[in-house]
Amino acid sequence: MSQDSQWPVWEVFVQANPGIPHKHVGNVHATDAEMAIQNARDVYTRRSEGISIWVVPANAISASSPEDQGSFFEPSNDKPYRHPTFYKIPEGVKYL
Amino acid sequence: MNLQEAKFQYLLRLGDSNLIIGHRLSEWCGAGPILEEDIALINIALDFVGNATALLTYAAEVEGKGRTEDDLAFLRGEREFRNLLMTEQPNGDYAATIARQFLYDVYTFYLYEALKSSKDETIAALAVKSHKEITYHLRHTTEWMYRLGNGTEESHERMQTALNDLWMFTNEFFDMDEVDALLIKEGVAADLEKIRTQWETRVKEVIAEATLQIPTTNFKQKGSREGKHSEHLGFLLAEMQSVHRSFPGAQW
Repeated sequence: MSQDSQWPVWEVFVQANPGIPHKHVGNVHATDAEMAIQNARDVYTRRSEGISIWVVPANAISASSPEDQGSFFEPSNDKPYRHPTFYKIPEGVKYL
Repeated sequence: MNLQEAKFQYLLRLGDSNLIIGHRLSEWCGAGPILEEDIALINIALDFVGNATALLTYAAEVEGKGRTEDDLAFLRGEREFRNLLMTEQPNGDYAATIARQFLYDVYTFYLYEALKSSKDETIAALAVKSHKEITYHLRHTTEWMYRLGNGTEESHERMQTALNDLWMFTNEFFDMDEVDALLIKEGVAADLEKIRTQWETRVKEVIAEATLQIPTTNFKQKGSREGKHSEHLGFLLAEMQSVHRSFPGAQW
């Protein structure tokens, strides 16, 4: 990755409606948390996209590595019983 | 002066200040210190231009001579503009832009709060909408006052210089004349003497927190009420009005 000459990166999560999870929408540069929230507001929520914002310093996120892909994720492909596809979703549940 | 004339003048003052400071901020478009701040500042500029549109539309309606908000924005000369001198001051460095914006945001924060209870329903409704936006503008500029004031030696120095340079334009915020007197009596306008007290308290708090000094200058510049502006407004208008004057009646 090339060296970023700008301020530290913060990952931005926006909650679109009450009761549903905050969703990752992108990132912003900022020197502190307050600035990160303000920048996120200006970049990602100016068109009524959300009601709540979380910002997290990008370097505080631990991620799985691409090499783990096989051992982490592929074994679940042949276990269809792990997928709750046999249930009917009750009417009125919007955000499942 | 009757109530209608006073209201027209009052709306021009509010509308023109919004328009001119909005245009000044828009000059930062693509030139902001960092991408996110560029976007933030232009969002704020758009808020001002939006409010200017609403206020000048209402001004034209009150005037009742068939003019539109575009006529008022693009076909008046410098001497007919009623924006506060502060709003037309050049952007300078980022400290100058932030200092100008902060001093003006504190003023409009209390002004539009008071205008929410104006007896003119249109002004009251516009003030409710504006005040939400201004609350955010002020939060944004206050943070930058702290950052630059408490930042490096250079940022501190630049911010103090900006405050010193702009301070002489703050007293004009609170000037009142017969327009204000008549409209305060009618419950339409805000009493700027009350707003002065609120403004001074808040500005002192933030400046102290930012380890800056209140400028000691006693020099006070005024004139916008009579259309007497600083040398900067003519250049700003020449640019802002050029498209409309080259292509009269052009529409998006």
